[in-house]
Amino acid sequence: MSVYHQARSRSIQLLVLVVFLIILLRLFYLQVIDERYRQLAMDNAVYAKVIYPERGIIYDRKGKAILNNTIIYDLMVTPAEVKGIDTLELCRLLEMDTAEFRKRMIDAIVKNTAVRPSVFRGLLTKELQARFEENGWKFPGFNLVERPLRYYPFGAGAHILGYVREVDGKDIDRSRNFYRQGDYIGKTGLESFYENVLMGQRGVQYMIKDNKNRLVGHYENGDFDTASSAGRSLRTYIDIELQQLAEKLMSNKVGGLVALDPKTGGILAMVSGPNYNPNDLTGTSGSANYSRMVLDVTGPMLNRAIAGRYEPGSTFKPLGGLVALGEGVINPGFGYPCGGRYNACGHGKPACTHAGGGHAANLRLAIANSCNSYFSHIYRMTVDQPKYGSVKKGYLHWREYMNAFGLGVKLGVDLPGESSGNIADTSVYNRENDNRWTSCTNLTLGIGQDKMLTTPLQMANAMAIICNRGYYYAPHFVEKIEGETELDSALVNPYRRKHEVLTGIPDTAYRAVIEGMSDVVKMGTARVAQIPGIEVCAKTGTAENYTILDGRKIKLPNNSMFVCFAPKENPKIAIAVFVQNAGFGATWAGPISRILIEKYLNDTISTRSKADSARISAANLMPAYFKRLQVKEDSLRARQWFKLTKDSSYLKRITRRSIPATPARNKKDQTERAVAWIPENRKTIGTEVALSR
Amino acid sequence: MRQQQGTISKGVDWSICWILIALSTIGMLAIFAATYREGDPMLASWVGFKTDYSKQFYFFLFSILLGFVILLADSKFFPATANLGYAIGILFLLLVFPFHSRIKGTESIIRIGAFNFQPAEFVKIFVALALAKYLSLPDIDFRRTGSQLRAAALVLFPAILCIAQSETGLALVYTSFFLVMYREGLPASIPLIAILGVILVVASILLPPNLLAILLTAGALIALYLLRRTIKRHRGVLTSIILIWFVAVGIQRFAVPFLFKNVLQKHQVERIYDLFGKDNPYRQGTDTLAPAVSLKKKETGSSYNVRQSKIAIGSGRFLGKGLLSATQTRYEFVPEQRTDFIFCTVGEGFGFMGSLILLGLYLLLLFRIVTIAERQRSTFSRAYAYGVMAVLFFHIVVNIGMTIGLMPVIGIPLPFISYGGTSLMTFSILLFILMRLDADRQMVLR
Repeated sequence: MSVYHQARSRSIQLLVLVVFLIILLRLFYLQVIDERYRQLAMDNAVYAKVIYPERGIIYDRKGKAILNNTIIYDLMVTPAEVKGIDTLELCRLLEMDTAEFRKRMIDAIVKNTAVRPSVFRGLLTKELQARFEENGWKFPGFNLVERPLRYYPFGAGAHILGYVREVDGKDIDRSRNFYRQGDYIGKTGLESFYENVLMGQRGVQYMIKDNKNRLVGHYENGDFDTASSAGRSLRTYIDIELQQLAEKLMSNKVGGLVALDPKTGGILAMVSGPNYNPNDLTGTSGSANYSRMVLDVTGPMLNRAIAGRYEPGSTFKPLGGLVALGEGVINPGFGYPCGGRYNACGHGKPACTHAGGGHAANLRLAIANSCNSYFSHIYRMTVDQPKYGSVKKGYLHWREYMNAFGLGVKLGVDLPGESSGNIADTSVYNRENDNRWTSCTNLTLGIGQDKMLTTPLQMANAMAIICNRGYYYAPHFVEKIEGETELDSALVNPYRRKHEVLTGIPDTAYRAVIEGMSDVVKMGTARVAQIPGIEVCAKTGTAENYTILDGRKIKLPNNSMFVCFAPKENPKIAIAVFVQNAGFGATWAGPISRILIEKYLNDTISTRSKADSARISAANLMPAYFKRLQVKEDSLRARQWFKLTKDSSYLKRITRRSIPATPARNKKDQTERAVAWIPENRKTIGTEVALSR
Repeated sequence: MRQQQGTISKGVDWSICWILIALSTIGMLAIFAATYREGDPMLASWVGFKTDYSKQFYFFLFSILLGFVILLADSKFFPATANLGYAIGILFLLLVFPFHSRIKGTESIIRIGAFNFQPAEFVKIFVALALAKYLSLPDIDFRRTGSQLRAAALVLFPAILCIAQSETGLALVYTSFFLVMYREGLPASIPLIAILGVILVVASILLPPNLLAILLTAGALIALYLLRRTIKRHRGVLTSIILIWFVAVGIQRFAVPFLFKNVLQKHQVERIYDLFGKDNPYRQGTDTLAPAVSLKKKETGSSYNVRQSKIAIGSGRFLGKGLLSATQTRYEFVPEQRTDFIFCTVGEGFGFMGSLILLGLYLLLLFRIVTIAERQRSTFSRAYAYGVMAVLFFHIVVNIGMTIGLMPVIGIPLPFISYGGTSLMTFSILLFILMRLDADRQMVLR
């Protein structure tokens, strides 16, 4: 019988051979031809762990660290390793109840599984951290993880230094996916402008992970790892003591202040009011403070020193004088017979504080007495020059002068969000006046009004141009970058270029203007700025301003302005101070400037200035209308929120401020929902409000 | 004693033994690679009987010992006790029902002391012997349908018991014995019909039911047209064509859906559909998930295993990553990698070359067994040899096929490689009995 089917052994062998061949071909395809699997295995098993470097440190002119790093701790939990702990004791330690404890544990497991660590409680306060460090051994599965945090040792310079926050979708897109979710990025100020310098280089450690995503060791002994390198530090011109003093003087005031070194363009101090302590935005209560500030109608986040647009008023007059001198339409001896108002345009405006007495007999006197007629007149003379043929061409030429002075253009300071102010184009006047206008239409440009808007930074820079007699360096903060690379040079080279914009104006012209400004301090409106032993040159300014509230235009107290530089020979500091709704320039802005000059040049302030300093710091000049505006904004937002979500808790809270409201029936329920839903929305609505200010 | 040893070693084909040792060594290394953790003391872990590879090492030594005991036995012992052995085997399978232990989903394991003991695994030995015995009975005429049915019953009875223990994989192994019957004279039409049946089932999974029905009908009509002359002469041809068409459509339209809906368990249907990369159409209704969730292609357990296993093997490339550098298998991405998915460790660690060598060893073993089978004078020895070969072949093909996505996931071990004492000893005993029988190949055993 066996012989009978002998041939079948061959077919069985053939079957075995064919099946094995199929398996081998499949293996050949999987292992040799198909390339995908190697990458898939890498993705499975290798985790690129990003090592975050320390951000760079920012120093002031004397080498004091004004923005530094500190470490705060997150309490992490690996639920699977938590065994046999005294839950009650832990809860007491962390000041939470057991229900909260259970909720957080469940959250951790849901988010990250039981075997991987997740944040149990973020950003522990110093006290909690100390307490936990002492008792931590009792709680296996819980451990503290360091988290670097930005720290401002002086609590000053919020608007200059800026802050870091976690990147959002836009940042990631803009960086072409260089940043990843969870990274921090400088959002404003120097933190943002010098992000590439400060952030350092991220390192990558390739770690092997197992099927539960636990890291079990280094991949290939770390051969592919790259080390992280710390962010490089910045040396700035900021004088932190001066900055602190300036912030103190500007507290509870709306406005902007810039002090710079005219020789280098280095900014010594810059304050925007209202101000805030930059440390408020870091650490445990950072998010809460951020939301609050963003919704504040006074706009504490707005840097008014570079983005506030103000009519310069009389502080513009020295510039007007220089333009006329530079154009040769007048000489320093030119006088105007002002009788108390300017009548050449037929409407008797503008009026002048002085009448007759030769108060505008020459340029120096006109500056010292701040004669409106004189400067309106020389503005007209400048733009009406016969050689230009028409007022429009003349105006365009005048506008070029303004741009040369840095007005109506961005100066390129190393902060984001700078405004260019406003020097209107002829097209604006053409449109508004049916294409027919004369120098009378906008003659108040000569006294820094009409459509002219400047920032405090621009005015401080204009002072620098005057005292430098025609040149300036673009105002900036950073003097030196540690280990400067070519890329960094591209960033800071614009600040090393000397802008010789107005050196064509003869020296005599500058001398006349500077003498005039000196007279302002000696015997004019800025006598308050006199400092024994230092010759200060200054110009005061006062501008009317209005706001629209409840649909009505209301007049607000005048803006107080003061520009100056000192000493007269070899100037070392130029200052522009704008205080909104504070009254005369000499009342608030003047003394502030004087105190700062004393501090900077003498390193100490006189007893008189100390008294002034105390008086000014204590004064609250916040305009009263803000309060009403805040309620209005809040109620509008609450209404919008109600429309979107049908959640009336915010509306009720607003009405409760003025009208005693009946308590909500299920109050607890509503607040919880609000907490869960509000933050994101609140932010966006709030930001719009803050920026439109 | 010495005299006996001398007579035994005379006719023994040692090549089988060497292949067995080589394969077992590869197996222990693979288990070592899959379970060794950095920092474990090397020697202590190998001899300590704590780790899996250490246990496998002792199982291996025990198997060799057992093998020499078998070689010492009288070759007549095996045909003589074959029927008794079969009875004992069935008894063990029945004993499982009251005494099985609760180990992840299976009901086929008896626990004795520290050892888990799986009768379904080693009953193969008794079935192989009993089948050989039946086929070698002097008065048997295997051309008769009655004998064929009796042989089939002999093989399928333990298979049914295995299914009752939720060990479908081990049950399917018994179908491999049809290869033995084929060799001993089962009509060639039977495997042909089986193959056609499998093709029909696969086709009804892959093709929409209506399309397949139309194709089958068209095929029948073409056959009628081509055979129209023959049909005129023999009416029987017409009847058989219509009958075949009727049965085929019946299987496709009713039997397959019935099989998937009512006979097979849900996870088995899932695995079959995973193999073809299709969504299981029989899932809805029993699915408790919300429709929105089930709309997404859900990754089932078995498709995860197979995907990870393919990644492991595929990432091995040509030469492999090296024994302890295989990330997929070292870090537990592939479940069951010590047992059913052990081939991943070989594929990832040693690449295509390693897989080729392993398959080469298996091929060598199978061909060697066929050669040995064909040189036997006694039908018992030959039928037994083919039984061993068939069981090994089935295990190898199904196991490796499953790890590379050619076969549905069926939990059966890879001979000599997979971790597991029962499995290793079963295959060793099968081979040693073969060697013992082969040593007396000149003898006619009844």
